[in-house]
Amino acid sequence: MNIAILVKLVPDLVEELTIDTSGVALDTAWLRLIINEFDDHAIEQGILLKERGGGQVTVVAPDIEGVDDVLFTAAAKGADRLIKIKGDFTGVNNHALARAFTTVVKELQPDLILTGVQANNDLDGSVGPLLAGCLEMPYVGYISGVSLTEGKSKVRKEYPGGLIAEMDVTLPAVLGIQAAEQPPRYVAVSKVRQMMKTSTIEERAESGLDMAGGPTIGRMFQAEAGQRATMLTGSPDEVATKLVGIFKELGVL
Amino acid sequence: MNQNIYVVIEHLRGQVAEISYVMLAGARELAKGLGGNVIAVLLGHKAQELAGNPSASSGKYLAADSVLYIDHPALADFTSDAYQKALTNLIAKDQPRAVLFGSTSIGTDLASTLSIKLGLPMVSSTRSFSADGKFVSQICGGKIMAEGGLPSPTALVTMVPGGYKAEQGQSTQAPAITQVEVPVLESLRVTLANYIEPESGDVDIAKEPVLVSVGRGIQNQDNIILAEDLAKALGGAVSGSRPVIDQGWLATSRLVGKSGKSVKPKIYLALGISGAPEHVEGITTSDTIIAINTDPAAPIFGVAKYGSEIDMFDLIEILTEKVKQSKGG
Ligand SMILES: Cc1cc2nc3c(=O)[nH]c(=O)nc-3n(C[C@H](O)[C@H](O)[C@H](O)COP(=O)(O)OP(=O)(O)OC[C@H]3O[C@@H](n4cnc5c(N)ncnc54)[C@H](O)[C@@H]3O)c2cc1C
Ligand SMILES: Nc1ncnc2c1ncn2[C@@H]1O[C@H](COP(=O)(O)O)[C@@H](O)[C@H]1O
Repeated sequence: MNIAILVKLVPDLVEELTIDTSGVALDTAWLRLIINEFDDHAIEQGILLKERGGGQVTVVAPDIEGVDDVLFTAAAKGADRLIKIKGDFTGVNNHALARAFTTVVKELQPDLILTGVQANNDLDGSVGPLLAGCLEMPYVGYISGVSLTEGKSKVRKEYPGGLIAEMDVTLPAVLGIQAAEQPPRYVAVSKVRQMMKTSTIEERAESGLDMAGGPTIGRMFQAEAGQRATMLTGSPDEVATKLVGIFKELGVL
Repeated sequence: MNQNIYVVIEHLRGQVAEISYVMLAGARELAKGLGGNVIAVLLGHKAQELAGNPSASSGKYLAADSVLYIDHPALADFTSDAYQKALTNLIAKDQPRAVLFGSTSIGTDLASTLSIKLGLPMVSSTRSFSADGKFVSQICGGKIMAEGGLPSPTALVTMVPGGYKAEQGQSTQAPAITQVEVPVLESLRVTLANYIEPESGDVDIAKEPVLVSVGRGIQNQDNIILAEDLAKALGGAVSGSRPVIDQGWLATSRLVGKSGKSVKPKIYLALGISGAPEHVEGITTSDTIIAINTDPAAPIFGVAKYGSEIDMFDLIEILTEKVKQSKGG
């Protein structure tokens, strides 16, 4: 089983986000980029499948600051091949990214393609189903479990309220991972450093980043809270006292 | 091309999903400005009653000018391959101004792939529209909004809840239903095997009067006990956000939000939860939301009535103690 996992980097939401002077994009100067957390789950799911049934796992990512770390971390978790797509991906939308991934995936000819179900900066759909469109493969998202048999996969697709639909998906297919069957494993920094010495990142050139299919943004702005919460300040003791007052007022104490 | 707005009605096991009404309300706003009609697109098998009869919960109908109904055994339950094939023909032939999908397990399996297949532009995570044809989408966990003109010729849009109330997409009049020709649905690559019912937990968080809800800020499983003690003192239960459940720190039955439960306690106390849209979706029916979060820009403060930027670990034990004292005294 040949598994390709496509990852992208997204803004770390813990950091302060600001809009740049154009008014239509995030200010990238201060932006800290991290792996999309659902892509991290896709990596975990891919490695679990390899551990269970054998095969080769290839992780592919666009050349964005921080990508080497992401790829070497994947190698430390058990990925066999690492591929970086070279090019200027600043401000590139998912349509262009999916097209760039398509070229590499066609070369790899995987049986199964995994990617995170969505990413926090998606504005033109998500990479997985766009890629499936480019490759004319089936796509199923919101996945929290995958098992493989010859030429087929059985997936657990999530619906609201904890309802699961088990679906049979003919391979090759693209799956949008919501959660791996177990939390993404932790790897020690020392192991990642070791990978930097022992594994290599293959490079591919992007073949023209075509953004057609995404919207044009006229204005980007901070979500200003409509009615912002009444903020309780003071020492922990004072805040706790105020909260108890509120609990009483609301009749739960 | 015409100015009609199509809404792909989502339903699951005989129930129209709430997002369908939200989309109809958004579609109405767009259609008003553009001068088109709101047309519901219903795919299913023997599912005509979903449009022809009022909903069991609200007693109301889909607020559409008309309904296009496609019936086929392969469309009885949602699967991406069959639904996509059915919609490809319809959209290509009718060329509406926009097609709205839910930003859900159903809609996101369809919209992006159709965008590539049909060569049509798309917008995701849209919360609202304006009559002059603009969309507003929500990204970065609810921290950033992006506005733009609805792309042409036919915009495929995935919608999140929050911008419209379901009631705005409901009507007292039944819409007219037109059956649409069934496409050939063969050699399907995705099929439904079966449904697995949700695990029923020890408590039903949808029925608890007080929820002490923990997010990634709780840091590890050992700290869950702090929230449990507080919940016990308040006569409620502990619930959590998705990362807490994915880490295995709480049972799936305790999940609040889009993929979990919608809750309606008197008090929803959110500890270390950022307030991502997928979480907020499940808590807006709470009477009073109180949020403790060290990040002043956390979106949770936009939905909470009371908040504090205090570190939860400085607060929880003192608060539990004071609640106990207050009950004792
Ligand atoms: C299809 C889909 C469905 C989803 N469904 C759900 C769902 O049903 N429910 C759900 O919750 N999520 C869901 N999510 C995930 C959602 O997008 C967010 O990732 C998630 O809600 C974030 O959880 P969080 O707020 O606990 O974590 P984070 O966003 O990481 O926030 C942690 C917060 O804790 C604060 N914090 C840290 N330390 C402290 C401290 N000591 N004291 C006080 N505050 C502190 C931080 O400031 C931060 O705001 C879904 C995602 C997808 C893609
Ligand atoms: N503003 C509106 N909000 C919701 N639904 C509407 C609205 N206007 C019209 N409709 C729907 O369209 C149908 C025909 O509307 P009309 O011919 O304008 O009365 C009604 O039965 C409603 O279902």
